[in-house]
Amino acid sequence: MKTTYREAVREAIREAMDRDDRVFLMDEDVGHYGGCYAVSKGLLEEFGPERIRDTPLSESGFVGAGIGAALGGMRPIVEVMTVNFSLLALDQIVNNAATLLHMSGGAFNVPVVIRMATGGGRQVAAQHSRSLDGWYAHIPGLRILTPATLEDARGMLWTALEDPDPVILFEHVLLYNMEGELADDAGPVPIDRAAVRREGSDVSLITFGIGVVKALQAAEGLAEEGISAEVLDLRTLRPLDDDAIVETVRRTHRAVVVDEGWRSGGISAEISARITEGAFYELDAPVARVCGVEVPTPYPEHLERAALPQVEDILEAARALISGKDGTL
Amino acid sequence: MTFPPSPSLPDESDARALLRSMLLIRRFEEKCAELYTQEKIRGFLHLYIGEEAVAAGSLPVLQPQDSVVATYREHGQALVRGVPATTIMAEMYGKQEGCARGRGGSMHIFDAETRFFGGNAIVAGGLPLAVGLALAARMQGEDRVTACYFGDGAVAEGEFHEAMNLAALWDLPVLFCCENNLYAMGTAVTIAHAETDLALRATSYGIPAWAVDGMDVLAVAAATRRAVQSVRAGGGPHFLEFRTYRFRPHSMFDPELYRSKEEVAEWKKRDPIPLLAARMREAGMLDDEGMEALESEVADEVDEAVTFAEEGSWEPVEELTRFVYSETEEVS
Repeated sequence: MKTTYREAVREAIREAMDRDDRVFLMDEDVGHYGGCYAVSKGLLEEFGPERIRDTPLSESGFVGAGIGAALGGMRPIVEVMTVNFSLLALDQIVNNAATLLHMSGGAFNVPVVIRMATGGGRQVAAQHSRSLDGWYAHIPGLRILTPATLEDARGMLWTALEDPDPVILFEHVLLYNMEGELADDAGPVPIDRAAVRREGSDVSLITFGIGVVKALQAAEGLAEEGISAEVLDLRTLRPLDDDAIVETVRRTHRAVVVDEGWRSGGISAEISARITEGAFYELDAPVARVCGVEVPTPYPEHLERAALPQVEDILEAARALISGKDGTL
Repeated sequence: MTFPPSPSLPDESDARALLRSMLLIRRFEEKCAELYTQEKIRGFLHLYIGEEAVAAGSLPVLQPQDSVVATYREHGQALVRGVPATTIMAEMYGKQEGCARGRGGSMHIFDAETRFFGGNAIVAGGLPLAVGLALAARMQGEDRVTACYFGDGAVAEGEFHEAMNLAALWDLPVLFCCENNLYAMGTAVTIAHAETDLALRATSYGIPAWAVDGMDVLAVAAATRRAVQSVRAGGGPHFLEFRTYRFRPHSMFDPELYRSKEEVAEWKKRDPIPLLAARMREAGMLDDEGMEALESEVADEVDEAVTFAEEGSWEPVEELTRFVYSETEEVS
């Protein structure tokens, strides 16, 4: 069937609500407004205000309440309208959700799922355009998912809800309108492995979220130039699928890491380090990175475009690796 | 502030139980301080001494199915709730026989058996959790009250106000127990709060709230009974401000530059333990012999806890990364 990423997420929520009475959704504007990105549109009418719960603007309060409800036996889906607002809930996410299991010596696990819209590209300026997926991936105790396809938008949520520990799903804002075909029987998918979205032999484009869409376009362009690019969708940023990262580099011997987040201290740095640790002697060229420029995302279209990784940037980085313009032999 | 007259004494066995609870906390913590100087207990150690009436008076009102959320100054709550003194002490030693396998230490007492959800060392960090626990109970249709302990310092945090609003808005079965000991670490309420009547702050959310003499265990028990009864009957969240005082420094590192010895001495005149003991003596419920028997019982319990902790074992370093994620079989 033809569907969108938005509808796939909605269907995932609906399925979870149907399957398990313990599941409920809460965030600002999920109910009467229908969701900031219209993801939860219609769900209030279907499930009622107890389970599609509008919250006040209290990110720390309701994220903490989601954690508490998880401790109390529920399976909450806590939406945080955008990752930008999650900074107001960091104490609850880091000090409680990620930590309670360990600090209690295994006595209390926290089966909460937190969904956040993430990323830039909509000209909404710095405070609404952050890409902090890599930040969250720094925290032991969390599982970080980045659905980039309709199948993952549809299938990751239920698997996340079955996980006994806190899971954060990052949904890139530019993906909600993505259209495509989804199998009628699409359902839960595994959340612990990366996926090769396009096979290739000359260079690996390693990325996640919106980067997957851009990398696939870049791979198309590279193919026209006779360069065979493999696209690895990481899918999960914590834990990283080290095997998949090493395997793709073994096949292509060159890697470009694409991350909308900043380069310094970002997840791209971690991926690059893991390639060095696990596949150093497989490399024919240094690992290249295409990342967000180190600036708070600006408002004007031309500047925002320049600040975020674009298909042309990926093309250029891949070409440079192949031609040796990056300084390698 | 003047409080209403203290409630009358309960029967002898109840009065004795209250006295015993307070005494156990006092002696247990005195031992902790000693063990700290011997370097058996390390890290931060926040003693509750002086505030015993709050835990001893309020916690016995709760039922086993209820939930408790506490702070980093939670030995008293844990003991009264029924977390064994042995596993609390082992936790402070960092031994794997501790109630949190030694992973948390003094500030992070957790116990699933008694629904004791920590031990939260971020001021006000436990309040949203309590709201969530209460929300879960409500959604599951379970008769469960969540009691949430926090200090005056928490009232200045945003999370406090978010939690008050959510609990009141959703009419949740939470009892907020504010232990106002007049200082957030070394910052007096008068230099931290524009409005120092903390109960009044809760009433602005439509939450029934009142201040209680936190040095009088009978007043604490009476107020808690009234509040818990109302919460359990569907009356929504309630708020009790227990006016109390910490006799010891904030932690073992605190030189106490922010308050005078005279002030501490003045409060010690209202030490909750002698206060209750004197009333029991007056009523003929306690004599020297009775007090000695109580002291001896409590000393045995503390000794047993120390022995248990001493005999405990260190978790092998190979297990360091356990409990970062659950060990139950995951669905893939």
